Amino acid sequence: MQKRHLIPLVYILFLLLPIYWLVAMSFKTTNEILSGFSLFPQTFTLANYRTIFTDPTWYWGYINSILYVSLNTVISVVVALPAAYAFSRYRFLGDKHLFFWLLTNRMAPAAVFALPFFQLYSAVGLFDTHIAVALAHCLFNIPLAVWILEGFMGGVPKELDETAYVDGYSFPRFFTTIFLPTIKAGVGVTAFFCFMFSWVELLLAKTLTAVYAKPIAATMTKTASSAGYELGLLAAAGTLTIIPGAIVIWFVRNYIAKGFALGRV
Amino acid sequence: MKTVNQKAWFFVLPVLLLVAFNALVPIMTVVNYSVQETFGNNQFFWEGLGWFQQLLRSERFHAALGRQFLFTGMILAIEIPLGIVIALSMPKKGFWVPVCLVLMALPMLIPWNVVGSMWNIFTLPGIGLMGYFLNEVLGIPYDMTQQPIAAWITIIVMDVWHWTSLVVLLCYAGLVSIPDAYYQAAKIDGASPWKVFRYIQLPKMRTVLTIAVLLRFMDSFNIYTEPFTLTGGGPGNSTTLLSIDLVKIALGQFDLGPAAAMSLIYFAITLFVSWLFYTLMTRDDQR
Repeated sequence: MQKRHLIPLVYILFLLLPIYWLVAMSFKTTNEILSGFSLFPQTFTLANYRTIFTDPTWYWGYINSILYVSLNTVISVVVALPAAYAFSRYRFLGDKHLFFWLLTNRMAPAAVFALPFFQLYSAVGLFDTHIAVALAHCLFNIPLAVWILEGFMGGVPKELDETAYVDGYSFPRFFTTIFLPTIKAGVGVTAFFCFMFSWVELLLAKTLTAVYAKPIAATMTKTASSAGYELGLLAAAGTLTIIPGAIVIWFVRNYIAKGFALGRV
Repeated sequence: MKTVNQKAWFFVLPVLLLVAFNALVPIMTVVNYSVQETFGNNQFFWEGLGWFQQLLRSERFHAALGRQFLFTGMILAIEIPLGIVIALSMPKKGFWVPVCLVLMALPMLIPWNVVGSMWNIFTLPGIGLMGYFLNEVLGIPYDMTQQPIAAWITIIVMDVWHWTSLVVLLCYAGLVSIPDAYYQAAKIDGASPWKVFRYIQLPKMRTVLTIAVLLRFMDSFNIYTEPFTLTGGGPGNSTTLLSIDLVKIALGQFDLGPAAAMSLIYFAITLFVSWLFYTLMTRDDQR
């Protein structure tokens, strides 16, 4: 091992410290947490996790979050695919302006949109549904998806399209049987990013839901204020929110580095 | 060469409709509020540019804007160089590379409010790991609910913890795309490590660095949930960044007019600075 490899090692240790603390706390009782400092759980308990898996308000939070995040990922990738294809293959009236306008939506602070979003989705009768959050998250995920996919598609030579037409493929058949498999790494990376940004966002998700579609993150903030300060329970809930992301990233681990390099500005 | 094809608009249409639904209606609502005064009951009165004039002169807005620029400037100054250094010292291939990348990406996948509460309990004096270590072991008085400086250090360390990995991943992607032949040529020429960095690695990382700076700028400028759950904007107003102040005005005091005017100015600043970064960083490409 070379000396310079110590730098990433130290960095990863720094990243893992707060995560370790969260996980360690989730196995402690709230009494132990508040009574003083202990590096390892003294009275190891699974009670916090048991509460989460048996109480519907808790576990439905997770189900709600996963539902709207998956919906959003599917919508974003499906509508972004043809758009990215158009941007990477054709020139059309206003293409550059449209692309830039899409990206500006990535810059809009969610705090700006919270109240108007509430009114908009209440007006169309979608308030407190999973689809409302999924659609709202499209605001920042679709531009990102188009951006990443366009980069991947730009790396595929145009000759592939032309050969397919000469061979008599119709466009839909070419797109689904030849083009999509060629850029499947790109689709994976895009889906990962959509999943990630939808999973971590709270402000809009919280504004657009009340009871039926309430995300886990909102359940946590509500518990923090109402049930005193159940630190152990909160830590367990927090630990569980890391898991879906960790699973998703494990699937795309080999594409992550490549995905960034191909996605260009 | 791309061919001109106006029918490509049909491919873009679904994206256009979905984003426009989410973007245009809310932004017009905001514009609408920004020129009116309301006392509730859905009664509105024309206010013209009054809110804008009032806001641009308000000290509270100047202070929040100043804190916002300080925060964004500091995290960019730390995260970008740090990310480059870590990416440069990563091994190029091997079993550990994917493991490192997954571990590094972990903080980015944690919901933002969990990040905030997690750092809150991590830094509590007496019972948090960092708070205990600083206070009891090193003897440094540290309590971010009392000391503005401690609160600032905490939100910056938290953001470095949360987002440096994005810069690392982007730079690393740029680095692995450099062919080995470049390094061999540099070796034959006897180039120093600094020269290799300056003339081979940095130019190759240029596009990904532009993405990194832009993404980090936009996201840190719009940051809300993490500092809000960590410090709540306190102690006092010392960590009240723009978004936090905006939500206080809009939802706390329900002053829709001023909040809407502030939103528009806020958005305009983000757009302008992003455009500035983009033009500056891609200027040499066009020459």
